[in-house]
Amino acid sequence: MSPESYVILAAVLFTIGTVGVLVRRNAIVVFMSIELMLNAANLAFVAFARMQGNLEGQVIAFFVMVVAAAEVVVGLAIIVAIYRSRRSASIDEPNLLKY
Amino acid sequence: MIGTGAAPLADATQIAPVISPFAEATGVFSYLWLLIALPLLGATVLLLGGRRTNRWGPYFAVLMVVAAAVYAVALLVGLLARSADDRAIGQTLFEWVFVGGFTAPVALQLDQLSMVFVLLITIVGSLIHIYSLGYMEHDPDKRKFFGYLNLFVAAMLLLVLADNYLLLYVGWEGVGLASYLLISFWQYKPSAAAAGKKAFVMNRIGDLGLSLAIMLIFVTFGTVVFDEVFAMAGEASESTLTWIGLLLLLAAAGKSAQFPLQAWLLDAMEGPTPVSALIHAATMVTAGVYLIVRSGAIYDGTIFALTAVMVIGVITMFLGAFIGSAKDDIKKSLAGSTMSQIGYMVLAAGLGPVGYVFAIFHLLTHGVFKANLFLGAGSVIHGMNGEQDMRRYGALRKVMVVTWLTFMAAYLAIIGIPPFSGFWSKDDIIHAAFEVNVFVGVCAIIAAGITGFYMTRMVIMTFFGKPRWPDDTHPHESKAVMTVPLIILAIGSMFTGMALLFWGDIIDWLTPVTGLEQSPLPFPTILLEIATLVVVLVGVGIAIGMYRKDVPVEAPQDVNILTKAARNSMYDDAINDVLVVQPTYSVSRALIGVDSRGIDGIVNGLAAFVGGSGERLRRWQTGFARSYALAMVAGAVLVVVVLAVVRLP
Repeated sequence: MSPESYVILAAVLFTIGTVGVLVRRNAIVVFMSIELMLNAANLAFVAFARMQGNLEGQVIAFFVMVVAAAEVVVGLAIIVAIYRSRRSASIDEPNLLKY
Repeated sequence: MIGTGAAPLADATQIAPVISPFAEATGVFSYLWLLIALPLLGATVLLLGGRRTNRWGPYFAVLMVVAAAVYAVALLVGLLARSADDRAIGQTLFEWVFVGGFTAPVALQLDQLSMVFVLLITIVGSLIHIYSLGYMEHDPDKRKFFGYLNLFVAAMLLLVLADNYLLLYVGWEGVGLASYLLISFWQYKPSAAAAGKKAFVMNRIGDLGLSLAIMLIFVTFGTVVFDEVFAMAGEASESTLTWIGLLLLLAAAGKSAQFPLQAWLLDAMEGPTPVSALIHAATMVTAGVYLIVRSGAIYDGTIFALTAVMVIGVITMFLGAFIGSAKDDIKKSLAGSTMSQIGYMVLAAGLGPVGYVFAIFHLLTHGVFKANLFLGAGSVIHGMNGEQDMRRYGALRKVMVVTWLTFMAAYLAIIGIPPFSGFWSKDDIIHAAFEVNVFVGVCAIIAAGITGFYMTRMVIMTFFGKPRWPDDTHPHESKAVMTVPLIILAIGSMFTGMALLFWGDIIDWLTPVTGLEQSPLPFPTILLEIATLVVVLVGVGIAIGMYRKDVPVEAPQDVNILTKAARNSMYDDAINDVLVVQPTYSVSRALIGVDSRGIDGIVNGLAAFVGGSGERLRRWQTGFARSYALAMVAGAVLVVVVLAVVRLP
């Protein structure tokens, strides 16, 4: 398989993730979509690293994984906290922080 | 004492090369600063000591001024023992300002000119302090009054003893402050409070002239010390000297109530009468004359400014005389007379070296007899329960004999009847005026005639005729504490002129400082004296003719235009209102408009714009996380599209 296929796959995954974030109400699903986008980006990084023949892309992919792991910890904690107080995981309901 | 004081001085000048033309202050002169320090101590103790000093404070103040007067006499004796060209004593006290190349030392200078001023201020000041003990006896704020008086004496002495313009300015402002405090001493009277404010504001205009003059002097000469400035005055361009001269004239006009800044002096009569005598007749208002005479070296180089001084003097001489002729308030009439007499001095100063000496000579005699007149008027007012309207006086010679006799002595002195003081000094001014310009000389003679008129009018209305006072008034002679100073001043009014001229050699005394030029007149001097005397007697005769009959208690209204104008002080307030006050108001209003609409409009408009924008923009914060996500995606897409478009070619 040529590296371009990986880039196209990454674009497809990223688009799916984006649409998931925009259209789904459940916070857990939105969260998973975000992970999908992150990993699509990772895939693109690795593919580009291969195309360029150097390691920078792979290194950055590792960084992204670390940041994503940290994000999961904080994000899930927030979602659980909201669920406990509201008995709902809908992302549209918590809208107190507005004008 | 004098011999021993002078001997080591000669040694000192031989050892050290003389940098300054002044002799070192040694011997009796070592304590020159005491002259200022004594009254300043009095003022400090009385004003900071508070009510604790109520009982003995006034006597302490009197003691301080009398001590200064005694020391001044000792200084005079010391100066007399020295040769005529070695009578300038300098004493540097400390460095005041020390910035880069500029130094402003606090240094005193006692020369012949300062000396006569010091004597006038301390001796007349002492008499007026003593008189005030009686005049202000029942005033609850007596202590404060004496504190202010001492403050005035200290500031005035600083003014005449300063050896540079900057220090003179300190004294100049000090007397202005004391004058303000004392004019509005009875500040619970709205008229007195307003009069003080008026005097202060109008004096500020003159002070502005003085500060600008000092700046110009510093820029031109690089120094403000009198001696250095005068030594270099010949090198400056004539236009610079003219500007300095005109600015100094503005300063003199403010302080000495000369046209066009004369309006404050009449209102200044709201102050207690001893204040009018000391500050607004004898000493402070003559500071302008001192300034001009002191700056003679500057005026030597500018005939234009010198002529301006003379013209202002002539105008004020007539202005004051007319006002003095029409006012019914005895103090305001005397104030008009003061303006007129200072006009004489300014006129004489405007003659240049021909007249400087005579300006100072007249200033001295005037200081004595005008203080006498004011204190006499104060004695009358005191006996009449505060009544100041001469139309309600009359026949007071029978009940106030001492006041009457002393007033008559000053009267004869001011109108210039030989051999009383005014005759000698005024005659000299007229003589000098004829040497320079016949027209000015004639003006001076005519003004002498008007002086005869208004003074005779005042004397007749006050002391002669029938009593016109109300039934509940019981005029009485004042106490000895008031009459004794009057008697001393009356003796002074009679003999100061002669004493200064023949015994004191005032002309030769002052000449080393002021210079003197004399040229013979084309006609015998005696003709001039006779002409002056005739004109004065005509003025006296007219006044006797007009006021011999009964004086109506209410001022008649069917009078000519000149009288009406003079009663209104030549409409000075109205003129100032139209020319200065209203335009200032208009400018202020316009500026307020610019400020509230223009400046405030911009600032408030900006704030409203930012606030309004925020009001609209915050609607975007809907609280829907997914719409935020959509905005982010849209933004990212936009960035990508832009990048693509930009990089495509």
